[in-house]
Formats: sequence, C-alpha cells, structure tokens
Amino acid sequence: MRKIKELRQSLLISVWFMFLTFPIMVIRVNTIDNIIEWRWMNMIYVGLGSFVFSFIWRYLLSKKQSGAKLLKADKPAYLLPMQRIFANPWMQMSALFFIAVFAVIFPFVFSSYQINIMTTALMYVVLGLGLNIVVGQAGLLNLGYAAFYAVGAYSYALLNYHFGIGFWTALPIGAALAALFGIILGLPVLRLRGDYLAIVTLGFGEIVRLVLENWNEFSFGPSGISNIPRPGFFGIELNFEQVSAYLYFLVIGICLLAIFVIRRLQNSRIGRAWIAMREDEVACQSMGIDMTRAKLTALALSSMWAGLVGVIFAAKTTFINPASFTFLESAMILSIIVIGGMGTILGVIVGAFLLILLPEYLRALSDYRMLAFGAAIVLMMIFRPQGIVTVSRRTYQFSDENHAPDISTK
Amino acid sequence: MDYFLEIFWGGLTRGSIYALIALGYTMVYGILELINFAHGEIYMIGAFTALIVSTALAMAGMKGLTVFILASVLAVIYASAYGFTVEKIAYKPLRQAPRLSPLISAIGMSIFLQNYVLLAQTSDFLPFPGLIPEFTFMQPYAHIIGSTEMVIISTTALIMLLLTVFIKFTRMGKAMRATAQDRNMAMLVGIDINKVISSTFILGSALAAVGGVLIASHIGRINFYIGFIAGIKAFTAAVLGGIGSIPGAVLGGLVLGWTESFATGYVSSDYEDVFAFAFLVLILIFRPSGLVGRKTIQKV
Repeated sequence: MRKIKELRQSLLISVWFMFLTFPIMVIRVNTIDNIIEWRWMNMIYVGLGSFVFSFIWRYLLSKKQSGAKLLKADKPAYLLPMQRIFANPWMQMSALFFIAVFAVIFPFVFSSYQINIMTTALMYVVLGLGLNIVVGQAGLLNLGYAAFYAVGAYSYALLNYHFGIGFWTALPIGAALAALFGIILGLPVLRLRGDYLAIVTLGFGEIVRLVLENWNEFSFGPSGISNIPRPGFFGIELNFEQVSAYLYFLVIGICLLAIFVIRRLQNSRIGRAWIAMREDEVACQSMGIDMTRAKLTALALSSMWAGLVGVIFAAKTTFINPASFTFLESAMILSIIVIGGMGTILGVIVGAFLLILLPEYLRALSDYRMLAFGAAIVLMMIFRPQGIVTVSRRTYQFSDENHAPDISTK
Repeated sequence: MDYFLEIFWGGLTRGSIYALIALGYTMVYGILELINFAHGEIYMIGAFTALIVSTALAMAGMKGLTVFILASVLAVIYASAYGFTVEKIAYKPLRQAPRLSPLISAIGMSIFLQNYVLLAQTSDFLPFPGLIPEFTFMQPYAHIIGSTEMVIISTTALIMLLLTVFIKFTRMGKAMRATAQDRNMAMLVGIDINKVISSTFILGSALAAVGGVLIASHIGRINFYIGFIAGIKAFTAAVLGGIGSIPGAVLGGLVLGWTESFATGYVSSDYEDVFAFAFLVLILIFRPSGLVGRKTIQKV
C-alpha cells in the first residue's frame, strides 16, 4: 500500500516537473530567424529524471530522519569507512608519506598542462582554507571573498607596472593589503551578524569589482593588465615548463604553511574564541571574549590568504582583469568549503580537489559545472550539512577508572 | 526642468520595479527570517517565460495587447510555480537547521537556476518584444515620460493597492501577518504554517514576475544574469525600507530608484551599480532596521 502511494506521488512529481520545465527546456525561440525549436526529448528526460530522483530524495530524507534519531540516542556519530581506516595513526602516517612522495615527483612525471591544473587546485585549497577561517570557524558568511583575491592580484600587477616591484616583494605586500582590506570591511560591519553580514560582504565584493572595471586610470578597466612577470628564481631565467614546476612547489609550500598556521590557530585562544562566536555571539560576549578583536582578526587572517594567492594568480596567468573576480568566484570558493566540510582542513582539501579537478578531467561535462555546484550546495545543506568530511569535535570525557579527565576527540 | 522631470519619472519607474521585487524579499523575510537569494532568479524566469510565450505567439500571428496579457499571465503562473517548488526543495527541509544553512542553500539554488536557464536557453542577450502599445494621449509628454513607463507606474500602483487589501482583509493575509509576528503562536491558534509559507512564496514570485515582464518590455532585452543584479538591488530596497515591512519595501524601492536615477543623471553613469551597493552597505551599517522598520532585540 505504501509502495503504491509512493509511486503515485513520484508520478505526480514528475508530471509537475515536466510542466515546470516546459517553457524553458522544451521551447527555444530563435528571434533572428523567427523559428521556434521544439525539444520534446528534454521533456521526457525531465520526467524520467525527476521520477527516479524523487525516490532517491525520499530515501535520503528518511535516512536523515533516522540518523537524527540515532544522534539523539547518544550513539557515536557515523563515520565514513575511509575515516575509520584513517583513525589508525599508522595508516595516517603512511598515507601522508605516499601523498608527500607523490607531490614531490608529480612535476617530474606529468606534463606542464597537468602541473598547471594541479597548481590551480592547490591555489583553491589555500583559498578554501582562508575562507574557512571566517565561514567555518568564526561563522561569518563572507560572500565577497573574491574581492580580497583581487586585491592581492592587483597589488602585484600595479606595483610591478608602476614601480617594477618583483614577485617576492609583492607577495607579503599583497597579503598585507588584503588583510588591511579585511579590517576596513570589518570595522563598519562589526555590529552586523548572520545574513546581513553576508549581504554587506557581497556588496563589498561587487563594489571592488565594479571600481576595478570602471576606474580606467587606476586599474585599466575591463581590459585588465597584461605582461605581468612570472616569479624569478635567484635571477635565473626559467623556461615555461620550469616555471610551472617552480610555481607548483611554491604553491605547495604556501599550502603547507596555510595548513600549519590554521591548525595552530584552531587550538589557540583566538581559535576557540571564533568557535564560541560562531555558536552564539551574545553568550560569547558575556563570557568576556572581545568580539571586536575576534571578528577583525578572523577577517584579516582570512583575507590575507586570499591576497597571497592573488599575487600568485597574477604571476601564474601573467594577465588579470576584473572578470576573474566576480561573485561566481566567491561562490565557487564557498562551495568548496560547503561540499568539503565546514571547519575542517581535510574537508577543504578534498572539496578543492573535487571541485577543481573533476570538471578539468571531465571536459565534456564542464558546461554543467556551475549547475552541478549549485545543486550540490543545496543537496549538501539538506542531507549532509557537515560536508563530506565530518568535523571531529574536541570533547572532554570523564573516565571513571582513574578519576582524571581524559582529553580525547570524539 | 524637463530634464529633471524625465529623471524623476525614470526614477519612479525603476523604483516601482524594485518595489515589486522587494516585496517578495520582505514578505519571505518577515515569515521565515530568510534572505531568499533565489528570488532574483524567479524574476528572471518570469521574464524569460514571457519572452518565450510572446515570441511564440507573435510567430503564430497574434498581435499587441492580447499577446502581452497572455504572456504576463503565463509568466506569473510559471514564476509562482517555480517559487513554490524552490521553497519545497531548498528551504522546507532546512526549517529547523542553523540560520546560515538555508541562506547557503538559497545561494546554491540561485546558481542552479541561473545555469539552468543558461544551458537550456542561451547566454546571449535576447531581444524582448515591445509589447506595450504607444498611447496617443501620451504623445505631448513623450519627452518626459513614455507609455511603457506610464504602464509600469500605474500597474505597480494598482498591484500595491490590491496587495494591501489582501494583506489587511483576507483570511490568508491575516494568517500571514500572524505568522510573521510569531510563528509558534500562529501554529497554536490553528494556522497551517506550511500553507502560509507556500502562499507567501507564490505571492512574492508572482509580484517578481510582474516586475520582470514590465522591466523586460521597458529595457527591451534580457539574459540569464539579470536576476542577480536586480535581486541585490531589490534586496537593498527591502533593507532600506526595513526588512519585513511591506510599506517599507515600497518606500525603499522608490527611494533607491530615485537615488540611482538622480545619481546617474547628474553625476556619472559609470558607477550606476556602485551607488546601489554602496547605499546598501551604508544602510546596513548605520540603520540596519531601515527607514520604517522596528528595532529587533537580539536574543540568546
């Protein structure tokens, strides 16, 4: 009886979606030749797709509800089989060793095209880790992250154009400028929280992009800046392939630095203040945490990484224009951390590799990239809000045997 | 003086459209405390549906006002259907989730819908047929205000009036106001919350679709990305007036429309969008409760 009811419901859903997508999916008007193109096949695909999908949806929803019950019953949280294997420290060490070996020999084995893709993915790892500080740890939704990325890229490009400043000098300057921009944005929005803050950051990001696009005397407008020099290597001229390998190792270094710094931050005083702030601002303030400082450091430290990667981006592509720093860029970095797992370092790394490498290697599907990201964000929020990698939250457990508190992660 | 009046009416036209879209934001926020990020996309889908229907009908040989009315009606129906479905898929399962979850889900929905239209239709700007006929009695004033602008302003005024009556006097309108005040209390007195939320989304989407059809026939071309900027501007209008307040959304829309018109008319047109964004940031910083909104007390 339940099966028949579900079947009828799914049929209704598929009819509804066929109706819903009819004008946009089926009809295409060509206003130049005055022809209407009817694509009836799409209607059948939509019908079948939504029919199948409604079953998956129902299954996942019921699983989520039973999962919620499990959590209430105080059973240990469900971990992916992968995570259970990697809970073993020996496995962790050997996996890290293999990854390290692979990372070192990678540029010597693969072509420069592959190296470039990998460099891009690693850059997004750093961007994701940076954004994760504000979104995942401090709980401030920043939708204008691409603006800080742009600050870094433009500071290198402009400093080089006007004063001939080299890559290595520009790297800390770009990072510092981006951090300064983070504070500039942070000061006025201190009183805002949650969704209002998200919208202000979005507005800020768009303002930065629009100014770069329109202020021709300063930023050369939409045509951008070209001929940005690649980073130098102790004065030795490198050819194209060597430069890609060089940049690859550089980004790996920055990646490791980011992971190290953020790991240290997580367990520091300020890192805990961020988590407290994320959970409840009022309660956090009443516990004596200086919220102004916590918010500003979160924004500055997060923007700093974007500035750093921005400088590398300018050096890598040798050409930048405002079109690289749209809202979609911010949304992309946000999807990396949402899909990977908010607040975790491993999650961000997994998310960045998934989101950057998958569309690169599945070229045929690259048109559907943003469509899939959008859908993935919605689905992740509904069915697995903690992301692919679950946060292992530090808890203090009281053990009965020796009457001493025992620190462990659950 | 003529230049001033032209800008004045231009601003009023813009402002009416912003107000129409802002109403959807403000009504949803009033009830769910959610920024419906996908609202701009609903507006875009409304405009696209109208474009497809009207072009198809025009090719079938129909003309003038009939096409316009048919296209508008279908656009409103479809946009409402989309608004309803978006709520069911992306927001309803997240009603108990932390506050940022539905917002992120809304951003995902917005990206999805944009790319859905981009892939199913085209990324190019499509010409939108000028469906609103020229009125002869408007001829002497044509240098100040066009017929399309007149239609936009009067349609918006009429819709605002109908909406006020709906919210004030009908059963559903009262239920909506009750839910906005206190959702749990409304549930206790027997209001079907799901129904109220669905109706809010349907109503807001319908208003956005009207705005979409009107602005598309005014500007004359659309693409898949129009919803993003329009959505942000309408949100600015809603915040300016005080989010959650219906008269506030209208006031905010008009103020924003005039500000933009006068700023581009007398200062510079390059930074048209910057004005709106800067305005938004400034309001949120200095008067987050808006022009007519009430201050809300933050609770633990």
